[in-house]
Amino acid sequence: MEERLPDAGPKAPGTKEKTEEPIARFLVSSSPHVHEGIRIRSVMGLVIVALLPASVFSIYLFGLPALFTILVSVASAAGFEWLWQKVVRRPGTAGDLSAVLTGLLLALNLPAGSPWWLILVGNLFAIVVAKQLYGGIGYNIFNPALVGRVVLLVAFPVHMTSRWISPSAWGMDAVTTATPLGRAREALLATGSVDAALTRNEAIDLLIGNRAGSLGEVSVILLLIGGIFLLAKRVITWHAPVAFIGSVWAMAGIFHLANPARFADPSFHVLTGGLFLGAFFMATDYVTTPLAPAGKIVFGIGCGVVTVVIRLFGSYPEGVSFGILLMNAFTPLIDRAFKPAVFGARRAKTA
Amino acid sequence: MKSGTFFGGVHPRYEKDLAGGRPIETMPLPARLVVPFAQNLGAAPKPVVKKGDEVKRGQLIAEPQGFVSVPLHAPTSGVVQAIDVFPHPVGADLPAVVIVPDGKDEWAPGLNVERDAGDLGADALRGVIRDAGLVGMGGAAFPTHVKLSPPKDKPIDVLVLNGAECEPYLTADHRLMAERPAEIVEGASWFAKALGVENVIVAVEKNKPDAIAAMRPAAEARGYAVRALDVVYPQGAERQLIFALTGRRVPAGGLPMDVGVLVQNVGTCYAAFEAVRRNRPLTERVVCVTGRGVANPKNVLARIGTTFGDAIAFCGGLREDAGKIIGGGPMMGVAQYSLDAPVTKGTSGIVVLTRREAVQYAGDPCIRCGRCLRACPMLLNPSVLSVYAERLRFDETAAHHVLDCIECGCCAYVCPSRRPMVHHFRRAKAEIRKKQARAV
Repeated sequence: MEERLPDAGPKAPGTKEKTEEPIARFLVSSSPHVHEGIRIRSVMGLVIVALLPASVFSIYLFGLPALFTILVSVASAAGFEWLWQKVVRRPGTAGDLSAVLTGLLLALNLPAGSPWWLILVGNLFAIVVAKQLYGGIGYNIFNPALVGRVVLLVAFPVHMTSRWISPSAWGMDAVTTATPLGRAREALLATGSVDAALTRNEAIDLLIGNRAGSLGEVSVILLLIGGIFLLAKRVITWHAPVAFIGSVWAMAGIFHLANPARFADPSFHVLTGGLFLGAFFMATDYVTTPLAPAGKIVFGIGCGVVTVVIRLFGSYPEGVSFGILLMNAFTPLIDRAFKPAVFGARRAKTA
Repeated sequence: MKSGTFFGGVHPRYEKDLAGGRPIETMPLPARLVVPFAQNLGAAPKPVVKKGDEVKRGQLIAEPQGFVSVPLHAPTSGVVQAIDVFPHPVGADLPAVVIVPDGKDEWAPGLNVERDAGDLGADALRGVIRDAGLVGMGGAAFPTHVKLSPPKDKPIDVLVLNGAECEPYLTADHRLMAERPAEIVEGASWFAKALGVENVIVAVEKNKPDAIAAMRPAAEARGYAVRALDVVYPQGAERQLIFALTGRRVPAGGLPMDVGVLVQNVGTCYAAFEAVRRNRPLTERVVCVTGRGVANPKNVLARIGTTFGDAIAFCGGLREDAGKIIGGGPMMGVAQYSLDAPVTKGTSGIVVLTRREAVQYAGDPCIRCGRCLRACPMLLNPSVLSVYAERLRFDETAAHHVLDCIECGCCAYVCPSRRPMVHHFRRAKAEIRKKQARAV
């Protein structure tokens, strides 16, 4: 048992020395004085862990080009964050892992074998333009990874939409092909109807990820496992993902029932186009989506409606990114509309 | 509708084992006692003694100013050495009387005598309780006789004895319930009599099984119920406790009496027993001196005015790595800048955290993770409130109900950005009240 400090021992009368002690001896700050211990870094770390199965599987499917894309993207995201904060002399937040997560999410939104400069440009827009120019973590309006992806999609459509490769372990014999949604659209444009067999019978391949697509969108099962992990760890809530996926399924289903020849099966829409990646990992982004549960549901439904409208009637085969980005813009409005009711406030109505 | 718990809340590390098993020890009289006048919510009493006066234990040393105010009594016999400003556990220097004990600890005449209180009526009981200087001893220090005087249109039908003691570390109420259950229950019976209430509920968190076991026979002998509550902080907060026990919601901006409930801390009940049956004014209380920064955590029966330094010395002194001294618990207590701050009627504990344990809140940007919304037992939106407060938009904080915040600290406790939420809300409240005062 260690003791210290003369005044803490048996009491000597007179307190002069005590009051003259330096005030800085004890920490003084507002309550509470203890903390659960969670930090931004630990939250981001959990999301990264949740993305690992899908990431590792993408390397298995697409080989070294996938690994290259992930590494370059993560490194450039963290690098841009560090560099920007050096340039503008802001306190560094590169250690909070949020830039690493953005880089990983962007990589998972790119085709395997994307050239290094494409990845760099994407991360430049994601980290510097979409995040840091808005004020850094906590202040950005749009999901940084999706901004990076959409900039690339619009500026470099060839690289982003027509160089998909079929899964082939370690990049051997890579065959360029189209994504399932792309093929469905091509068939629709060519023949006037979607191939029902194509859209209905591929469900198993779609679930496990045996298909062309961006790195992270391919394996629905692994993305779902990651999402359930985040739900179990209470990092995210079910509201936005369920509303998002549910509304895509419901809306695509209505169109499919109305005209099965023109509109693909709803399960096809649910399992393709990065919907699970978007619903569990980007429509749940803290900064850019609503806070209240009811707001999250509205946000998810909005994402789903925009996604289906773009997929069915827009000029891009896939609409998850646009759906989320568009709803990001509505987040402040949704937050205003759904304020939590104060405890005890309900009584005023019933009294 | 009855519900076992309330919305939100957190599960902090309770650390009750540090002192929970230590029986209450009576602390010897220190070399001097510093008795602040401001020990109750409302108006502080005015001194009626001067430097050099001799006082006896229980003698009036300050008289109440108005209805929401209580008298103050000398904690022992001795001489008034000074009346001056001294560090006060609220975190400021405030007027106090310094008494040097003569060691005889003599009661003033007429006090400390057994009284057969059976024939005291409601008004007489309220008088005795006011004259004994009773305040809420859970920490809020609201004058007890005021609570016992509800307006005619707000009849009370439920009296709750709050033994939840949900603050981490603190075990003062726990020990009192385990060791003096009959006295607590009798004290409560005087409250019940003053209010004309028959439905009395003793509420204890489940993490104090020995306290529950001790209270049960004492309570049931009088027909009172004992309810074991889930261990969730802040289970002992009035509104949350009332909801958990009765399903009644205290209206926002209202008081428990608006739903017919009165909550009294078990320590206050014990003080009421002392006042009514033994004719002893409030001059001492149980203080839990605990935390890893103190050598021998203990529950001590200390005189009002005992300095934190003396109380800690009685518990073996500070450890080398002591970093933060808290008056009260770690969730809602006040960090002390001086060991000269004294134990007051509202001091339920002195918690000494090590430097490593004491978290300094930094204030990174809000990442809108929503954890605070899920933790807030008042169903507020702490995230939005803190952002408005940070930008000095206090009107917006008022519109988002910052005045309903109970400052329990749950939001800050779970914040991954370690934002000083409660600090922001206190500031916002103060600014709003300042503006309201100007407008009048």
